[in-house]
Amino acid sequence: MSEFDLSLLKPALEKYISMGRPGLLPALHAAQNIYGWLSEPVAAEVAKALRVPLADVHGVIEFYAMYYNKPTGKNVIRVCADPACGLRDADGLLKKLCREFDVNPHQTHPELDLTIEPSPCLGLCDQVPAMLVMKGNHAIEDFGVDEAFRPISPVGGTLRMLTKNCGGETTSLKKYGEYSALKKAKAMSREEVVNEIKASGLVGRGGAAFPTGVKWEGALKAEGDAKYVICNADESEPGTFKDRILMLDDPHMTIEGMCIAAYAIGATKGYIYIRGEYPYIVPALENAINEAKEAGYLEDLDIEVRVGAGAYICGEETALFESIEGKRGFPRVKPPFPTTYGVFGKPTVINNVETLCNVPLIISMGSAEYRKIGTEKSPGPKLFCVSGDVVKPGLYEVAFGATLRDVLDMAGSVASGKNLKSVLFGGAAGAFATSEHLDVKMTFEDLRAAGLPLGSGVVMVFDDTRDMRDVLKRLGHFFAHESCGKCYPCQMGTQRQREILDRVADGNVQDGDFVRLQDVGWTMTDASLCGLGQTAASAVLSAMNLWPELFGADNN
Amino acid sequence: MAEKLAMTMDGRQIEVEAGKTLLDIARENDIDIPTICFHEATTANGLCRMCVVEVEGQRVLQPSCIVKAGANMKVQTRSEKVIRARKTILEMLASTMDLSDAPDILSMMDEYGASHERFPDAERRESQVKDDNPMYIRDYSKCLLCWRCVQVCADDAQYTYAINFEGRGYETQIGTFFDKAIPETTCVMCGQCVGVCPTGALKPKREYLLELGKSPAEISVMNTGKKQRKVKG
Repeated sequence: MSEFDLSLLKPALEKYISMGRPGLLPALHAAQNIYGWLSEPVAAEVAKALRVPLADVHGVIEFYAMYYNKPTGKNVIRVCADPACGLRDADGLLKKLCREFDVNPHQTHPELDLTIEPSPCLGLCDQVPAMLVMKGNHAIEDFGVDEAFRPISPVGGTLRMLTKNCGGETTSLKKYGEYSALKKAKAMSREEVVNEIKASGLVGRGGAAFPTGVKWEGALKAEGDAKYVICNADESEPGTFKDRILMLDDPHMTIEGMCIAAYAIGATKGYIYIRGEYPYIVPALENAINEAKEAGYLEDLDIEVRVGAGAYICGEETALFESIEGKRGFPRVKPPFPTTYGVFGKPTVINNVETLCNVPLIISMGSAEYRKIGTEKSPGPKLFCVSGDVVKPGLYEVAFGATLRDVLDMAGSVASGKNLKSVLFGGAAGAFATSEHLDVKMTFEDLRAAGLPLGSGVVMVFDDTRDMRDVLKRLGHFFAHESCGKCYPCQMGTQRQREILDRVADGNVQDGDFVRLQDVGWTMTDASLCGLGQTAASAVLSAMNLWPELFGADNN
Repeated sequence: MAEKLAMTMDGRQIEVEAGKTLLDIARENDIDIPTICFHEATTANGLCRMCVVEVEGQRVLQPSCIVKAGANMKVQTRSEKVIRARKTILEMLASTMDLSDAPDILSMMDEYGASHERFPDAERRESQVKDDNPMYIRDYSKCLLCWRCVQVCADDAQYTYAINFEGRGYETQIGTFFDKAIPETTCVMCGQCVGVCPTGALKPKREYLLELGKSPAEISVMNTGKKQRKVKG
């Protein structure tokens, strides 16, 4: 069968052979690029080349949603099915495309070699409804798209520190300027750099808000013959698109942040792990890495871009390590923590893109100046991803301490004639706020007091014409799709939660569903192994609190 | 002598050896903590979360099969949160899989007052019995994903790597490379996976056939191609 002409594969696998198992994900990507999907002989060839057991290769293919072990088109259109796109009839778009190309979702159009499927959040929530056309052997015009489209997002706010080069084309090194913060850091001792980050009060911007300097200090002090720095660019939290903009519009800021982190802990190898749904950012990153290399900034740090393959869980740091190691993205039991036992069992610092972008700012201006931005307990600039029912969805940079009202005003607030119903804060793993929260300051301390998570900076707005049951149904489907299946509460709980939320959305609530949904939710929250399961019911439980009538509370 | 430290479990002040897990300590002190995925011979992964306990100062419940005793730790093995989690996990299991060959779990359900019908209209994980080799059958309708079979097939014992996972999340199932029959895999028929299976999902072929009502005489000639033995008259 010419379709599986393995002579095409062998040269493509060449460069992954010496990597062994850690080369598995890149090797599978390379193989799938050739054939469109991963058939048995192709998977067996990859297994043989990389010396990975056959069953393990199959297990990895089966884990990641963007690897296919059944015939699939070389061209794939993914249509987002998550809440922000749902508000702008993403379901209708999927139906329209399927009708136009005369296929069902997940089916392949033979002549066009095209598969159309729904997708979890594509991180394009400011340009809804979003779809991602991944083209293989056909011209993009064949799919009704005028030209290759690079998303350019509206960027605004009262500050332009993190986003000073964002909102347009990709910033070249020439425009970015020299890595002056790196130069300044290298004139300091490693301890001084760590202390400066600690003194700045910077905490992680990916969602967990862990003090960055403490992380760095742990990895600096940890014993290890090799240390790693990882940029977590697996941004997959529904409603989040800040890291996409930072990396695509200004990749050098992230890379300079990584260089400083690597210097501070003594790492010589770095990874940028970027989600598979952002393929169009990879060339921008690789180009920037080459520019930095040529300018001599990467003499003691080798940065490799790793591309994920459709798994929200890989944003969880230990699952991300497993993925880099060529395994299914199962989160590990912690402790041990990454600072002592990270990727390949070595001391590792892993930071979110936005977190790393704060690093050059802190080093350049000094922690004392940096702390003048924001509040005492939440210093610095912060990005908010505003989507949903506002006039101008986009990325807004403010100093910590702006109120929700301020941020909504920047985005033009809800359209005239409509009123605010609620705001989903922090993403799918977040919680709902209402108009009562408009004057809450967007800081860690104020939001905590209001019972709202800052999460990854998601502000998804719903006006009063929206049916929140549809939003909840989408969240339920998202978590059921993304649970890795490792621990029982999340593996079964996300499925049971999805079933009950489907009933709620369909108006078919059964006796006892309210308490049932609560028990499932609290069991996931209290007993799950990782952050995914522990927050998979967070938005649902907050909605039950705000709108018990939606869940048939009267029947219980 | 191992270092000793003092801690509290269910209000009892106890002195324990450092390095022991909370589960070890509970068992030494006759405190019952239920487990499903835990097995002395395999690496503890903390999957089933039945052994979770409440540790003072910790935001979420902790798996006692993994967490080690700490000085002055205060542990509750049957708090309200713990009971709710265990009961709900059992009820979700009953709505997911066939527990008929898992008497230990059925008695846990009795103990925790867990209902078999808690989740009406739940999608169950069902699949056909895989009868593809002379040694054992695989009935994944009875599989609760404790991972033990995969572990003993791999680095915990045999280094054979014949099985791994299919799908993810709720759709996860144990499987071979592209669903190959066992004789076409690296399986060496060591039987260790069958030995550690807690629910009858993996079962010796002979036991399976006996349950189907076959007689020992019928079984002894199956798959051998031999003529059936005649009973001497």
